[in-house]
Amino acid sequence: MRTEIKIGGFGGQGVILSGYILGRAASIYDNKYATMIQAFGPEARGSACSAQVIVDPNIIDYPYITNPQILVVMSQEAYAKFSSELAPGGILITEEELVNPINLRKDVKHYSIPATRFAEELGKKLVVNIVMIGFMTAVTKLINPEAMRKAVIASVPKGTEDLNLKAFDKGYQYGLNVVSGKSN
Amino acid sequence: MKADPKAVLTGAHFLDGDHACSEGAIAAGCRFVAGYPITPSTEVVERIAERFPLIGGVFIQMEDEIASSIAIQGAVWAGKKAMTVTSGPGFSLMMEHIGLAAMTETPCVFVDVQRGGPSTGLPTQPAQGDMMQARWGSHGDYGIIALSPNSPQECFDLTIKAFNLSEQYRVPVLFMMDECVGHMTERVIIPPAEEINIFPRRFYEGPRDEYLPFKPDEDLVPKIVKAGDGYKIHVTGLTHDEKGYPVMTAAAQEKLIPRLVNKIKLNAEKIIEYKEDNIDDAEVVVVTYGITSRVAIPAINQARQEGIKVGHLRLIVVWPFPEKRITELAGRIKSFIVPELNQGQIFYEVERNAYGKAPVYLVPHAGGTVHNPKDIYNAIIKSLKGK
Repeated sequence: MRTEIKIGGFGGQGVILSGYILGRAASIYDNKYATMIQAFGPEARGSACSAQVIVDPNIIDYPYITNPQILVVMSQEAYAKFSSELAPGGILITEEELVNPINLRKDVKHYSIPATRFAEELGKKLVVNIVMIGFMTAVTKLINPEAMRKAVIASVPKGTEDLNLKAFDKGYQYGLNVVSGKSN
Repeated sequence: MKADPKAVLTGAHFLDGDHACSEGAIAAGCRFVAGYPITPSTEVVERIAERFPLIGGVFIQMEDEIASSIAIQGAVWAGKKAMTVTSGPGFSLMMEHIGLAAMTETPCVFVDVQRGGPSTGLPTQPAQGDMMQARWGSHGDYGIIALSPNSPQECFDLTIKAFNLSEQYRVPVLFMMDECVGHMTERVIIPPAEEINIFPRRFYEGPRDEYLPFKPDEDLVPKIVKAGDGYKIHVTGLTHDEKGYPVMTAAAQEKLIPRLVNKIKLNAEKIIEYKEDNIDDAEVVVVTYGITSRVAIPAINQARQEGIKVGHLRLIVVWPFPEKRITELAGRIKSFIVPELNQGQIFYEVERNAYGKAPVYLVPHAGGTVHNPKDIYNAIIKSLKGK
């Protein structure tokens, strides 16, 4: 089945890289097809920006997303801008300390993670996006976590692989606990 | 001839169409690029600028598109394979030099990542508005080849094909991408270098004093040499004889210009490439190219699920146009549907070749995004009601 994912945040949070890693994991390491389109324009720095990814076991024809089944947001502005697009019954993933999910839709499944704080605890705020996609991998089960790890290693700057893997695993483990109802 | 293994990034990549185009050019042997970066084509030259120093290529960021489109031709006559990269506004500026490349039979590739126009239009959004400009944009008569990819994989594969065709027919080849394909990231498989076929430049190897730079072979294409290798050559945009010297007479024009047209026209069946799906039983045929070929698929599938016999003809080589195939189909189908991200361009070419035997319906779009597949579906349904 075709799954549409939108990742939104502000420029500098690594939104585009998150989408890139997700698509790369699906299409190179998980035997699926993936198409990524990035919102492109003056908003790419500082203001709300987004990456759109389609993952499908079959070849992808129509290249844009219309109603994402998964929405990942890392800023309040992105939440405000994109949350209405989420498909009925879709999965909403938010950065817990940056996004206040006001008027949260009743039909969506909502998961949140203090990813920025976790990234800071790991020593680099920059890896917030990797924590987020680790969390997303656990709660959506869309992509094989091993494929995601491979894509993380292949996509981050040389010398930062260990830090990024730790960030991924932090988010992933937190996600597994949330899903299974264990306390974090 | 095969690609240079030192330059080919064999493996599975997750690349956008612009970057895949760069890698295709590199695999094809391109080692000179001149360009004036413009959205949405900038990523092509960014990657070229990064990769060329590692493989012995030269990239120059020129002062404008006019300079870019002539610099590449100098490089070709010095023996390099060369391309320039642009979008609509730059493509317009390059028209004069596309004509020069056609007239001087300089093999080279022009990449146009199409965006909304006219003028500066929509820099960051797609359109397919330059398709007729690709065919007729420069003044005078000449044959041309243009290709239209619909995915990053094809941006790689077909850029190689563009270079190969330019060498085989000694003609500028226009690579007509669009913003959507250029900025879309997907899996791109780059094969091992030994699996990439390269059409070598048609260098002359006979005695020096017998060389005539514009004397055609049987397929109407002349042999080329490198400037500075000791052959007497003269390359001019003026009407010229087989020596390349200007001869401004009706007789010289009559000898040269029909050949420039015919070397593409008479070889068209060898150059033309299209892909057909469900054509055999089709009552309606949707004719597409570029990104629109993908956007049409949900519409076609929906109609077929409802029992409507819809086929799909997708142009991969747009120019030369598959005239004969359209005429054949027109004789036995009920209608053609042509969705394009413009107000009607290839539509007219389909209509012309249908000779009134089947009606042709345009599904226009002003650009800025792609069609809603529903509009294409509705056109399929309406066409069967004769509307």
